[in-house]
Amino acid sequence: MGALGFILDPAEGERSWRLAEYVKRGGYTALKKIFSEAIPPENIVAELKKSSLRGRGGAGFPTGLKWSFMPRQFPGAKYVVCNSDEGEPGTFKDRDILRWNPHMVIEGMIIAGYAMGCARGYNYIHGEIWEIYKRFEEALEEARAANLLGNNILGSDFSFELQAHHGYGAYICGEETALLESIEGKKGQPRFKPPFPASFGLYGKPTTINNTETFASVPYIINQGGDKFLELGKPNNGGTKLFSVSGHVNRPGNFEVPMGTPFKDLLDLAGGVRNGRKLKAVIPGGSSAPVLPADLIMECTLDYDSIAKAGSMLGSGAVIVMDETTCMVKALERLSYFYFEESCGQCTPCREGTGWLYRVVHRIEHGEGRPEDLDLLNSVTDNIMGRTICALGDAASMPVKSFVKHFGAEFEYHIRNKKCLVPEDVQRAGSGFFKVADPHPQPLSQGERGAS
Amino acid sequence: MLSQDAYQKIDREIAKYPADQKQSAVMAALAIAQMEQGWLSTETIEEVARTLGMAPVAVYEVASFYNMYDLAPVGKYKITVCTNLPCALSGGVHAADYLKQKLGIGFNETTADGRFTLKEGECMGACGDAPVMLVNNVRMCSFMQPEQIDRLIGECK
Amino acid sequence: MLEIEIDGRKTEVADGSTVMDAAHQLGIFIPHFCYHKKLSIAANCRMCLVQVEKAPKPLPACATPVTNGMKVLTHSEAAVKAQKGVMEFLLINHPLDCPICDQGGECQLQDLSVGYGQSASRYQEEKRVVVNKNLGPLISTDMTRCIHCTRCVRFTQEIAGWMELGQAFRGEHAEIMPFIEKTVDSELSGNVIDLCPVGALTSKPFRFAARTWELSRRKSVSPHDGLGANLIVQVKHDRVLRVLPLENEDVNECWLSDKDRYSYEALNSDARLTKPMLKQCGEWREVDWQTALEFIGTDLKRVVREHGAAAVGALASPHATLEELHLLQKFVRAAGSENIDCRLRQTDFSLDGKNVTPWLGLPVAEIPQLDRVLVVGSFLRKDHPLLAQRLRQAAKKFTRVSLLHVADDDQLIALHAKSIVAPSALAAELSGIVKAAAEAKGVAVDAALAGVQPSAAAKTIAASLISGEKGAVFLGNFAQQHAQASTLHGLAQKLAEITGARFGYLGEAANSVGGYLAKAVPGASGLNAARMLAEPRKAYFVLHAEPEFDCANPSQALAALKGADLVVALTPFKTRAHDYAHVILPIAPFTETSGTFINTEGRVQSFNAVVKPLGETRPGWKVLRVLGNLLGLAGFDYDSSEAVRAEALGGKPASVAERLNNKADGMVLNLTAAAPTLQRIADVPIHFADALARRAPSLQKTRDAAPPAARMNAATLAKLGLADGVQVKVSLGGTAILAAQLDAGVADGCVRIAAGHALTAELGPMQGEMTVERA
Ligand SMILES: Cc1cc2nc3c(=O)[nH]c(=O)nc-3n(C[C@H](O)[C@H](O)[C@H](O)COP(=O)(O)O)c2cc1C
Ligand code: SF4
Ligand code: FES
Repeated sequence: MGALGFILDPAEGERSWRLAEYVKRGGYTALKKIFSEAIPPENIVAELKKSSLRGRGGAGFPTGLKWSFMPRQFPGAKYVVCNSDEGEPGTFKDRDILRWNPHMVIEGMIIAGYAMGCARGYNYIHGEIWEIYKRFEEALEEARAANLLGNNILGSDFSFELQAHHGYGAYICGEETALLESIEGKKGQPRFKPPFPASFGLYGKPTTINNTETFASVPYIINQGGDKFLELGKPNNGGTKLFSVSGHVNRPGNFEVPMGTPFKDLLDLAGGVRNGRKLKAVIPGGSSAPVLPADLIMECTLDYDSIAKAGSMLGSGAVIVMDETTCMVKALERLSYFYFEESCGQCTPCREGTGWLYRVVHRIEHGEGRPEDLDLLNSVTDNIMGRTICALGDAASMPVKSFVKHFGAEFEYHIRNKKCLVPEDVQRAGSGFFKVADPHPQPLSQGERGAS
Repeated sequence: MLSQDAYQKIDREIAKYPADQKQSAVMAALAIAQMEQGWLSTETIEEVARTLGMAPVAVYEVASFYNMYDLAPVGKYKITVCTNLPCALSGGVHAADYLKQKLGIGFNETTADGRFTLKEGECMGACGDAPVMLVNNVRMCSFMQPEQIDRLIGECK
Repeated sequence: MLEIEIDGRKTEVADGSTVMDAAHQLGIFIPHFCYHKKLSIAANCRMCLVQVEKAPKPLPACATPVTNGMKVLTHSEAAVKAQKGVMEFLLINHPLDCPICDQGGECQLQDLSVGYGQSASRYQEEKRVVVNKNLGPLISTDMTRCIHCTRCVRFTQEIAGWMELGQAFRGEHAEIMPFIEKTVDSELSGNVIDLCPVGALTSKPFRFAARTWELSRRKSVSPHDGLGANLIVQVKHDRVLRVLPLENEDVNECWLSDKDRYSYEALNSDARLTKPMLKQCGEWREVDWQTALEFIGTDLKRVVREHGAAAVGALASPHATLEELHLLQKFVRAAGSENIDCRLRQTDFSLDGKNVTPWLGLPVAEIPQLDRVLVVGSFLRKDHPLLAQRLRQAAKKFTRVSLLHVADDDQLIALHAKSIVAPSALAAELSGIVKAAAEAKGVAVDAALAGVQPSAAAKTIAASLISGEKGAVFLGNFAQQHAQASTLHGLAQKLAEITGARFGYLGEAANSVGGYLAKAVPGASGLNAARMLAEPRKAYFVLHAEPEFDCANPSQALAALKGADLVVALTPFKTRAHDYAHVILPIAPFTETSGTFINTEGRVQSFNAVVKPLGETRPGWKVLRVLGNLLGLAGFDYDSSEAVRAEALGGKPASVAERLNNKADGMVLNLTAAAPTLQRIADVPIHFADALARRAPSLQKTRDAAPPAARMNAATLAKLGLADGVQVKVSLGGTAILAAQLDAGVADGCVRIAAGHALTAELGPMQGEMTVERA
C-alpha cells in the first residue's frame, strides 16, 4: 500500500477493520461533527461540490452534483446505495477498502443518507469476495451496536438502516441500474435511462448510487473541508485515488496517490515492470478503457483529464500493465471473451455484437483471420457503440477499437502468418508462473465446505 | 426441503428489505440453499420460489443469470480459476492448466471421485493476487503457484 | 402539452409521452420489435433508434420521453444507419428459414429486413441454435428464431398476471423458456403468438396448415363468454384454419382468450353433424331436410292436439344467435306455448316479471375507471378471461378489487379483500357487507338484515366500497346460478344503492343479454327452464344446447327429454341427442351463418358467415323460418337475417340500451338457506362451458380441461376419511366416480365438482346436499 493517502494508508494490520481501531484513527468524527454542529444537509452537498470529488466507480461524475439531484422534498422512501460490485477486470481496490477500512465506507454512507434524506442504504458487494461480505456484515453489527446505525443515531433525530447485499457472479451488476434490479431480486439487466435513479431508483424510489471509494472519501471531506481534499489532487480532480496495479509488474497491489501523480511514479511504486522487461502497453482505467502504448502512457499523469487527453479513461483506476512478452491479439481475445460472457443479453447490439467481436478476434488468434477482419471489427464496434441500453456495449467496443488502432500491425501479422508475433514460451515466461511464492491459503472453516 | 437453519437464514435476509419486497432476498436464499444442498435442483428452485412468493421461472432467471449458482451437481470442491486478462498476465491460465493436468479434468468437469469440479471464472476483483482461485464460492485463494495449488488440493479431502 | 417536430412535422403531445407515441399520433412509422402499446417498455431491441437533435447518439423512440421543442428525425442518414446496424445484428443469429416458417408473410422481421437488411451477411461464424420448448398443446416453438424482444415474457407477467415465461441465462446464451418442463397454462396464452414478432412462437394447431397469404380474413364475433371478443377468422377452401383477434379497444382490446382463439378446431372436427337425422322404429336414419321438417310438423301438431300447446317447451343455449333465439321463441309462441328459456343453468327465477334484463351495468371500456369493485360469486378468471384481465390492470393502478366467492382460485388480481364462504353462506356474507355499509352510512336496512353480524372481511369490503368515488358491484355466473340468485341480486342492488356504486352482471354467455332481448324467456304463463324439466313436457325443441352439460340439473334434464314424445335437437354437432331426440337437425355454428350476439354491456355485434355450411348444415334461422312456414304460422317470411334481427330488436338496435335494466323493485330477501352437511360447488370450467369448446381437441388437452375431480379441503377429506387421489363415489341426484383431490381453497363441508363434463353428466343439481364415499 502506498504512503500518501487516507483511505488505505492508516489502515494497516489485520485488526484495523474493527470499529475500535477505526475510531482510534479518528473514525466517525465527521458524523459526530455533523450532529454536534448541526450541519444542514445542503452544506454537506456544497462541501462535496467544493472538493471536486468525482465518482470512483468509473464514470468520474462529480459526486456533489449527483447528490444534489436527489429530490429533497420527496415524501416517501429514498435510498443510498454503495456499489462494491467491483468486477471490472484489473480493479481490486474496493475489496481492500472493505477489507481494511469498512467503517469509513459505512460512515460515508451514513453521511450520504443524512445529506440526501434517505433512511435506508444498501451496500452491494461482489459475490466472489464472500469473506469480505461477511466481514462487512460484522462491521455493520458493530456499528449498530454502537448506535451508529439504526434509530436516532448518536442521539440525533436522524435514523438510518444499512444492509449488505451480495452479488453472485455477474459483472453487469456493477452497472448501477443493473445493480438496482439485482437488489430487487431480478436478473441484473440494466434499465434504460431516463428515468435516472435519482428520480426512479431502487423499488422505483429516488436513489443515489456511488462507488465504495467515493463513499470512503466523504468523511475526510467533512473533517478537513472540501478545499483540503481538492488540494490533495489537482483542479477538477480532487483528492487521492486508489490505483490497482496488476499484470507485468514486480509488486502488484493498490496504491493510493494524489490525483495528478505521474504514471511513472505509480509504476515505480509497483516495483517497475516485472524482471525489468520493456513496457509494451497499459490499460489505465480497467479493461473497458482503451489501451495505450508505452510511449503514450509514460507521458501521462494520473487524473481524469490527462488520461482522457491521451485517448483513454481513468475509469476505475485499474492499471493493467503489459510488457513485451504480451501477445496483444491474445490479450484482446480474452477481454472480448469477457464482454461476450458478461453481456446481460438484453439489448440487441451488445447481445449479438459481443459474440461477433469475440469470434472474429478468436479466429485471428487461432490463425484463421482474414484480411478484411480489422475493418469488420471496427465496423461492428461502430454498430454497438452508443446504441445499447448501458455502457457495456461501449466497454466491449473500446478495447477492440484501441487494440486494433495501436497494435494493428500485430493483428495483421497474425492474419498473414497465422501465428503469434510473441512466441508461446516467451508469453509463458512473462506470466511468472512457477516463480512467485507468497502466502498460502487459509484452511477452510467449518460450514464453508458446501455439500459434504 | 431445506433445513430449519436455512429457513432462518433466509428469514434474516428477508428482513433486510422493505416488507413488501421479499423478492429482494432471492439471491441470498439461492446462495443459502446452494451452500446447503451443493447445487440448485428444480425442487430447490421451486422451494425458494414458494418461500418468497415468486414465480418459479423468475427464480430460475436469477439462478441462471448469476455465474456462481450451479444448476447441475458439482464436486465437493468447486474450484473456480480466474483466467481474465490481468490474472492471465500473471499466470492465471497456466495455473488453470496446471490444475487441469493435476486433476485430469477440464473446465466444467468433475473428477470421477466426485471431489473436484473445475470452473473458469471471470474477474474476481483480486487481480493483484494473481493467480486467484475461489473454492466453493466462499474462499478466495491468492498467489496460487504450483506449490500452493498442491497444498490446496491436499487440504481438500 | 409538449411540442415536438418529427421529420419536419409538428404536433403536440401530452406530458409523459414518448417519441414513439408522438410518431403514432402523426402516423409516422418507426420500425420496432420489442415495443408494444399494451406492454411495459423494454427498449431492448434497439430497432426504433432515431436521431434526436442535440443528442450525441441515436435514441430509442419507444423509451425516450418527449421534451418540449424536441426535433426528431426518423429517416435521416444517422437514424437509418443505426437501424440498419441493429437489423444486421438481429439477423446474424437468425436462421432465415422463412420458406418453412409459419410466420412467413406476417413476420415483422421479414418485413423490416426488406427495408433495413443487407443482401449478404457479413457474419460468417456459426449461428446459435436454441432447443425448442414444449409450451403445451397450443403454442409451438422454434426458439432459434427468437430475437429476445421479451414481449412474451412481459405478456405473461403483466397481462396474464403470472410469469410463466422468462428469459433465462444471459448474453448470447439467453433463452426464452418456461420454468423447467412446465407448459404455459394461462387461459390467455395464445396471445404470445400474436405478440411474437418472428416465428419463434406460433400456433400449434395451425402449424403448417397453410401459408398465411393463402388465407382470407373475415370478421366475426366470439360465441363464448359474455364479452363477445371481435375476431378475424382466417379461411382457406371453406375451412376455418385460424382465428386471430380483431382489435377493438372497447371490447377485447387486442387480446383473445384461448377459447376464443382455438375453439374453431371443433368446426372442422369429426364431431360435426352434417345430415338431418330421424329416428324411426328405434333406428337412426339420415334423411333429407324435407322429410325431417315434415316429420316435425306432423308430430308437433299431434302433440299439441293430444296434449295442448303447453306440452311444448323449448330450451335454447345462450350461445345461440339473436336471430335463432328470436325465431325459436316466435315459433313456440305461435304454436301456442310460452315455455321457452335460454337460462339453462339458472335455478332461482323469482326475478321474472320484474322487468329485469341483466347486463354489465356500464360499458366494458369504463371498467378501468372504476375505483372500487366487488365481484360476487364468480370464477372470474376462467369465466371471463378478458374482463378479469381488465380488472387485473385496473387493480395495478387505483382500483381496489374485492371478491366474495365460494372458491379461492387465484384470480391473479391484486385483490384488496376477499371472502371465501360455502355456497349456503354466500347470501349471508353479502348481507353482512350490505349491513356494514348501511351502518357506516347511517342508512336503514331491510328488516331481514336485522340479525346479520358482518364478518371482518365484510366490513373491509364495505368500507372499501364506501370510500370510492366510482364503484361497481358485479354478480358472476355462480351467483346467477345460485339457489338464492334473486336474494343475491336484491342484496347487491341494495349495496350499490347504499354505496353509490354501479350494479351489474357479468353475462355468462355470448348472448345472455340477447336471449332476454329476443324474449327467449318465458312469458307470465310459461315455464322457465327448470320447471320445463321438473314438470316434463311432451315435446321439446333444443337449440344448440346439450342439456346433460348445460342444464342446472343434468340427470333430471335427461330424464325429462327421454320421456318426451318428440324431441327436436338443432345442433352443429353429434351430441347425446342420439339418446333422447327424435329428430336431429344440423344447424350452422357461428362461422357458417350470419347472426348477432349482444354482449354483456349491451353491444349489438352482428356478423356474417365466414365459410359455407358444412355438408347439409343450414343456418338455424333459416331452418326455423322454414319450420314456421311449414306449420303455416304467420310472419315467417323473412328474406334475410337482417330482417329477423330488425324484428327482434324492434327495428332499433339503438334502443337496446333502454331495455337493459338491473333494477328490480319489491325484492324479497330470503336469507334462510339450508346448510347441508356436505354441499356441492359446481364450476363450469372454461373449456367445458359450451358445445364448441368441448369439441376443440387442442383446448381439451390443456390443463384447464383436466377431468373433474371431487375437490375438498384437508378438513373435509379427513372428516370423510378420504385421502387425496382416492377414487370416490359422489351422489347428488345421480352418481359419479371421481378422484378425490385436495384443494385448500374449498370451504369446509364443501365438495367442488365441475359441471359440463361427461364424467359428471349423470349427477343431478349443480348445488345442494350430497354424499361422498370411497368408491
Ligand atoms: C458495465 C459496467 C460495469 C460497471 N461496474 C462498476 C463497478 O464494478 N463498480 C462501480 O463502482 N461502478 C461500476 N460501474 C459504474 C456505475 O454504473 C456507476 O457509474 C458508479 O457506481 C457510480 O458511482 P460513482 O459516481 O461513485 O463512480 C459500471 C458501469 C458499467 C457500465
Ligand atoms: S449493453 Fe449489454 S449489458 Fe448493457 S443492457 Fe445491453 S445487453 Fe445488457
Ligand atoms: S422498440 Fe424501441 S428498443 Fe425495441
